[in-house]
Amino acid sequence: MTNYLKKMKRINSPQELEQSRKAIIDGRDPSRPCISICGGTGCLALGAEKISDNFKEELRLQYLSTKIDFKITGCPGFCERGPLVIIYPKKIFYQRVKIEDVPEIISETILNGKIIDRLLYIDPQTGEKSPYEDEVPFYRKQRRHLLSNNSRIDPGNIEDYLALGGYAALSKALFELSPEQLIEEIKESKIRGRGGGGFPTGRKWEFCRQAEGNIKYVICNCDEGDPGAFMDRSLMEGNPHNVLEGMIIGAYAIGAHEGCVYIRNEYPLAVKNVNIAIAQAEEYGFLGKNILGSGFDFTIKVNRGGGAFVCGEETALIASLEGKVGEPRQRPPYPAVSGLWGKPTNINNVETWANIPLIINNGANWFASIGTEGSKGTKIFSLVGKVNNTGLVEVPMGISLRDIIYKIGGGIANGKKFKAVQTGGPSGGCIPAEYLDTSVDYDELTKLGSIMGSGGMVVMDEDTCMVDVARYFLTFLKSESCGKCVPCREGIEKMQEILINICEGRGEEGDIDLLEELSAVVREGSLCALGATAPNPVLSTIRYFRQEYEAHIREKRCPAHVCKALISYSIIDEKCLGCGLCEKACPQGAITFVAKKKPVILEQSKCIKCGACYDVCKLDAVAVE
Amino acid sequence: MISLSIDGHEIQAEEGATILEVARDNGIEIPTLCYHEALESYGACRLCMVEIVIGSRPRLVASCCYPAEEGLEVRTNSERVIKFRKGVVELLLARCPSVKAIQDLAQGMGIESPRFGLKEEDCILCGLCVRACTEVVGVSAISLVGRGMDREVATPFYEPSKTCIGCASCAAVCPTKAIKVEDVGNTRRIRNWKVEFELQQCKTCGKYFAPKAQLEYLWQKSGLPQEFFEICPDCMRGNRQ
Repeated sequence: MTNYLKKMKRINSPQELEQSRKAIIDGRDPSRPCISICGGTGCLALGAEKISDNFKEELRLQYLSTKIDFKITGCPGFCERGPLVIIYPKKIFYQRVKIEDVPEIISETILNGKIIDRLLYIDPQTGEKSPYEDEVPFYRKQRRHLLSNNSRIDPGNIEDYLALGGYAALSKALFELSPEQLIEEIKESKIRGRGGGGFPTGRKWEFCRQAEGNIKYVICNCDEGDPGAFMDRSLMEGNPHNVLEGMIIGAYAIGAHEGCVYIRNEYPLAVKNVNIAIAQAEEYGFLGKNILGSGFDFTIKVNRGGGAFVCGEETALIASLEGKVGEPRQRPPYPAVSGLWGKPTNINNVETWANIPLIINNGANWFASIGTEGSKGTKIFSLVGKVNNTGLVEVPMGISLRDIIYKIGGGIANGKKFKAVQTGGPSGGCIPAEYLDTSVDYDELTKLGSIMGSGGMVVMDEDTCMVDVARYFLTFLKSESCGKCVPCREGIEKMQEILINICEGRGEEGDIDLLEELSAVVREGSLCALGATAPNPVLSTIRYFRQEYEAHIREKRCPAHVCKALISYSIIDEKCLGCGLCEKACPQGAITFVAKKKPVILEQSKCIKCGACYDVCKLDAVAVE
Repeated sequence: MISLSIDGHEIQAEEGATILEVARDNGIEIPTLCYHEALESYGACRLCMVEIVIGSRPRLVASCCYPAEEGLEVRTNSERVIKFRKGVVELLLARCPSVKAIQDLAQGMGIESPRFGLKEEDCILCGLCVRACTEVVGVSAISLVGRGMDREVATPFYEPSKTCIGCASCAAVCPTKAIKVEDVGNTRRIRNWKVEFELQQCKTCGKYFAPKAQLEYLWQKSGLPQEFFEICPDCMRGNRQ
């Protein structure tokens, strides 16, 4: 930070870049303790900001500010256990840190080198403690090429990025490779787009490079809108220079001199950090005129999206950038030929851009050695839902769903049984237990009726009703459909209506067939991928959980006890000891306390089926059917 | 020129034409609702979907937008296309069960009544009115607002349009007659846009023939003498003869 404040002079050549890097590294003492706290959105929500303030204050009071570094970083991924604190150089890993722990961390760990036992992560399965970050099972099973730097970088300080080798790939690309060679390298790496479509990135670049026109644009799509997904957000918040470096390399390969980061306004920290990063990159000469003295010019602007899910679709994103209503248009022409303002435009997702410097630094062969035949490299997933370790996980393509959910995710929460995992965001499919050993790659997931999408992964346990899940996602997609084309606008609504009817006990024989028929219309005829993939949650749940649909329709029964219209609660008199806990919990006054040791009485007409009695009863005396 | 096949016929076509244009030029009918030759293709109604074969994988595309390409094999009436089209019309009929144009389409396809919940809309959101107002008339008095099911055609902020000239082009292109234009005496009223216009009386025959605002707009745009706009088109033709 200190060097940066002195206003670093512009870097004008690869040699100067390496000299600056050396100066930064030499100026740092690798044995000097550094307290790094996650400042990602998850940890911030858990109070990381207050803890940071306490650390700073405590360091000041103990006259340690000049001896010990303190850093607020991006998200390392283990959100379930936040707020996370890592103490360098040993990488001691503290989780669920509270304000009260701050003085002890400084006095014990920093000054006395002692590890505080109670702040360590304990593996619930083996009981094993993990004092160091690399030993935590959640991280150990991952392959974190993109995410591992998040906890080592203050996103507001370009020197942190440079110290870790930042912008070396840009320097290599500009001075050692021609745009054609660069594109060849990306093609050889076989990287496919991380935003959902999975189109080969190298070919996309090539189309855009070959398209006629002098003015071309590159765009970074950071309009991540899938419920429960935060991969792009964390990369942008935690390591924005990595994404920018990828974009600059791409712009050079394509022949673009202007770029844009389209980022949703709901990501204020990402917006802030990418703006800081752009300003710093300009100051250092990584953006602007004559980048690194190469003669190549490139600038990046930030545009904030207004929160429409459909604007993640590239043609809708472009319309939005042009100031029009964010609606997709029919392709062809593809943006590579006619995109922003009618000029050839290359759009890649945040994670795709972030992979580019890795490929250039390590070579296409290295990248292509990770993963499966058709899917290369690592992929970040946001692992959420009924799993013990929620968070961001970066794994090599081809890993099995089981490994992600059990080895990394620590299995299903509360000892429940696994039921399904939905991959790929709201329009992904639900994959059941018998396919847990499927390897996670673009093609395998498609075969199962799901998609890779941008990497959402929602784990569901036995208490999940799959019809209700389909209804939930269709409701989301219905409200996010732009409404331009008939199949998506009308079709999704009708499908949702049928699903609501089934969930509320009005399902009829033939509804499943009708859902399948509508799915075909919506899938085949929708204008963009939002509609084309919207039936996935319905089709996959019908495919793997048809008996659940049938139970709802024929027997008016919800096997998972979720659909309120189809369940009822009752008191098992033999088990109830009249403790009265349920009476206090019931918001409707539907339960009457009679006397101690006498069963309570539940009045069905007042019951709203909220399940509060069921949850509080310690004697399993509340039955649900 | 390029050559492609549509429904088994080998057809020569201009490069840059859409499949729909080529088909219609060759007497092959493809149904449409949101297409108009004077306007940019929009691809929203999806009725014009046809099956094309690229490589070994046939897929459905909107023929109003998809360019005719060399060697393309197009099927406008395959089983898949017909099934899909029926699905779209059934959805439209559920939205607009009382609209004649949709009823006719449905009847032609053998759809009696939709198998799902009915609404009572008269607009299918094809966007023809909006595009005519913007692309041809050039005043952009109306636009599509809202998202998904809340989407509708409206004036800015739902207020009476200040830019509408009352030309009624919107009504003329509307396939479902959802836009109601009433001419009573010397007044034209378009309720959809909450506007009223005074009509110009023809200097020759005395008939009220067009809104003064429209004639003013045309006068300014065309540079023709003002008197030109004071005579109705019928009398104008009579004058010429």
